[in-house]
Amino acid sequence: MTRFSRRSVLRGAMRGAAVGVSLPLLDCFLDENGAALAESGQKLPVRFGTWIWGCGFIPEKWIPSAVGSEYLMPEDLVPLEPYREKLALLSGFDVKLDGVANKPHITGCLGLRTGIPVPNENVKAPTLDVLIGQKIAENSRFRSLEISACGLKKSYSYQAAGSANPSETSPDALYRRIFGEGFQDPNSVDFKPDTRIMARRSVLSLVADDRKKLMREVGASDRARLDEYFTSIRQIEQQLDLQLQPPVPVENFEMPSAPGSDGHGSEMGQVMQTHRLMASLLAAALQSNQTNVFNMLFSDTTSNLRQEGETTTHHTLTHEEPNDPQLGYQKQHAFFATQSMVAWKEFLDALDSIPEGDGTLLDNCMVLAHSDCSIAKAHAVEGIPAMIAGNAGGAVRTGYHLAGKGDSIARLGLTVQQAMGVQVEKWGKLSMETNRTITELVA
Amino acid sequence: MSNPASSKKLNLPTTRLVRAAVVQYKRPLILVTVLLAILLLVAGLISQSSEPEPVGGPLMLRRLTEEQYRNSIADIFHAQVPIVGRFERPFRAEGLISVGTGKSGMSPFAIEQYDASAQTIAAHVLDPKGRAQFVKCGPKDPKQFDEACARSFLSKTGRLLFRRPLTNAETASYVARARSSAKQLGNFYSGLELSLYTMLVAPEFLFRIERTSPDFDGTTGVLDAYSKASRISFFLTNSTPDDALLQAAAAGNLDSDSGVRKQVDRLMQTPRYEDALRAFFADMLHFDTFADLSKDPEIYPAYNSEIAQEAQEQTLRTIIEHVMTKQGDYRDLFTTRDTFLTRSLGTIYRTPVPERDEWMPATFAKDANRAGIQSHVSFLALHSHPGRTSPTLRGYGMRQVFLCQDVPDPPATVNFTAIEADAHKANVTARDRIAMHASEPSCAGCHKVMDPLGLAMENYDGLGTFRTRENGALIDTNGSLDGRNFSTPDSLAKALHDHPETPRCVSERLYKSAVGRDIVWKERYYLDWLIKGFADDGYRIPDLMLRIATSKNFFAITRAENVNTAKITTDGGKS
Repeated sequence: MTRFSRRSVLRGAMRGAAVGVSLPLLDCFLDENGAALAESGQKLPVRFGTWIWGCGFIPEKWIPSAVGSEYLMPEDLVPLEPYREKLALLSGFDVKLDGVANKPHITGCLGLRTGIPVPNENVKAPTLDVLIGQKIAENSRFRSLEISACGLKKSYSYQAAGSANPSETSPDALYRRIFGEGFQDPNSVDFKPDTRIMARRSVLSLVADDRKKLMREVGASDRARLDEYFTSIRQIEQQLDLQLQPPVPVENFEMPSAPGSDGHGSEMGQVMQTHRLMASLLAAALQSNQTNVFNMLFSDTTSNLRQEGETTTHHTLTHEEPNDPQLGYQKQHAFFATQSMVAWKEFLDALDSIPEGDGTLLDNCMVLAHSDCSIAKAHAVEGIPAMIAGNAGGAVRTGYHLAGKGDSIARLGLTVQQAMGVQVEKWGKLSMETNRTITELVA
Repeated sequence: MSNPASSKKLNLPTTRLVRAAVVQYKRPLILVTVLLAILLLVAGLISQSSEPEPVGGPLMLRRLTEEQYRNSIADIFHAQVPIVGRFERPFRAEGLISVGTGKSGMSPFAIEQYDASAQTIAAHVLDPKGRAQFVKCGPKDPKQFDEACARSFLSKTGRLLFRRPLTNAETASYVARARSSAKQLGNFYSGLELSLYTMLVAPEFLFRIERTSPDFDGTTGVLDAYSKASRISFFLTNSTPDDALLQAAAAGNLDSDSGVRKQVDRLMQTPRYEDALRAFFADMLHFDTFADLSKDPEIYPAYNSEIAQEAQEQTLRTIIEHVMTKQGDYRDLFTTRDTFLTRSLGTIYRTPVPERDEWMPATFAKDANRAGIQSHVSFLALHSHPGRTSPTLRGYGMRQVFLCQDVPDPPATVNFTAIEADAHKANVTARDRIAMHASEPSCAGCHKVMDPLGLAMENYDGLGTFRTRENGALIDTNGSLDGRNFSTPDSLAKALHDHPETPRCVSERLYKSAVGRDIVWKERYYLDWLIKGFADDGYRIPDLMLRIATSKNFFAITRAENVNTAKITTDGGKS
């Protein structure tokens, strides 16, 4: 492998001045297997994301009767048949409460994401996307992107209690944030480092100058908050650094057009439409290396989704709707549960439609999809449905159904982190704590 | 306005008086004894109404709220300076965003947005038009760097943004950066612009970082003068300290009661005082959650974002008129029929509004079935489901918002089977749907404090429109609050008005909001003192705010480790 990268070629060519060089994607920029782009011979980035839907599932329509790879696709997952090989279904993993009060629709979700069940929103550890972000988000423009399709600005991505990462709820706002000012077309042949950005980058370092002094002045909990502030400032510096370098070219990148939607509403049809728009924007953002981490909220854990003209939201239905005597389950709730899996399939469509290396964008992602509970009516945190999609560039094995048999769901969080390169031996607290990697997931 | 400080004037050095009395009336011993007894009695009375020994709490690190950020920029520069960044949903703790500001972090998203705002603000302030207004000096040739001018502009602006004078090192550093960027960009003003931009994303601007006075012995003490100035200013104007207040801090005027009093009186006369009241009540009433509120357009075609805005504005106008303009009794907010309406709100309230596109003072007719702000759309719609009412949410809302009472979350293992059966009978009203809440022992414990309160409001639909029937069935509005039964909006209003927790709750909230934290255990005496004073002052909110802002406890600092943070619980009604 030749010891130069596209970037160093450009740097050499421009000597700090404006350049207008177009570089072909030379073979020397691909590794021996022709599989990866050759920015310093590095592999294509792996990305991690979460996808959440609220209020669980109808078990008989979701859990395959067999484990392993030869399972028959259950009714609600039929739309996902095309992704059978890229999908691992995980059933029967539990959040262990250890006597912690189960705050409906919160404890399960945050227990899964932090390894520690909490009786409220005050998480006791960062969520796993943040931990993974510390490993893989360093060099991208956004440390992570939080997106919500159902109009609620919340997310289940927490730096700490009181520090949730807010979600974008409008496709237009999301578009402007990613592809508006500050976005560099990766394939643009005209690169001119902006002297203004250089100057801004240099004054911004002044902010961090007082860091030590400030940290001494405040108490421990405020120190953590200030630390978060400085980390966030670091992201801005990173963004400016990126703008001062020629962008890494991206194969097949097409600049998306503005979606022309504010994405309001919680009616199922509207939400699915918003979700499709946001998924394709996110896919383009991942493709063009704007971020390596994302959190997509399809529906809130206390799902506010509704059908037009109905007085009752999805969440309320899970508690008030009687089981249909013929079907044996709640028919209206089932509508939302089924549609959620259609939306999940559409999300995978967005990632899988983008070719990358010798596969697709999805192949270089690992997406953890899950709900907050299994049976919403009972707020059960045992057997929370979860899935892994994508192979994280070959780090993860998919294509089967695995039954957790009541194991701690922290096994999933632990494995996901390990697969993304986080140095962690054991994870979770009390009964949740585990050092047992889900070996089936590790390639 | 009455004078809560009058009690302080009576707070004479009693021991010296007693000694004097003893000397003067040495011989007639009986007289001395009688006089002593009287004096002790008076002293006792005085000490009852004077502020308890200050306790204070930890130093706070608080984020500016969206309004505080906007107000600061408008006050330091100009109201027309554009703010392009977006703001996250604020974090709420102890029922208040203002307490959440002392706990919330700063996500990458937040900084991204502050960064965008900082760029446009700095560009605006230093464009040719802005320069004329904000930079009164400058080189003839903008290619030249004018050191004295840079120093003057940056130290002056820095003092306003950081709410304290810059240190010499800070000034030197900002000037040096301005010089190097000016060189890079070939323009003096671009240099200033970038240094200003840096100030606008600095922690000293985005956070209010409190510090103690130099004599702080590590256990108890008071805030330094500039931190005092910030507390006073954000509490009474919801904005940054103005020049006069910073000057008072610099001159040491905030070290004396009279100096503080002078500034407090002055700030309460500024137009920003109304903004502070509005911000407090919007916070207390959870108006930020309107952002997440959706209503089914088929069921409530009248609801849209404009109506949501107007509903909040109606309540805030009602409150301002009552507590500020009329200096009214806070408790009367729960019974008043006086309000302000637009024509579109008038349609929902079935009260004609003569002028189009204007806010009109209005008084609900006796038979309009409205009394108090709890009968406003802003309360009724916010505490309902998207497609129907919720007596539970409304009852919970009233307990939580107006009485500061918390109701535990439902147990996760609720059996909903019985509810299902009730919910799907023909011609049901909400009362039928939630009957199980009262009969199932595991539900009843909590629901009995919420549902009876909310059921009395069932005459208002999920938007707030008056109705007498639901699903064809006549609505039964019998309800109760802590032993008082009622069935009309009037009698519910009276019950809220008379509830002992009503004034206590607002006092507690105002104080928490002022200091940005929960009340510490030892502060309960102080709180009792506040509430007693509130009652003595006829429950006038401005007097209560004056009392807080001029109290010693408002500025007192106790090292965090020594503070017992046990919460004061108000359990009225729950047991």
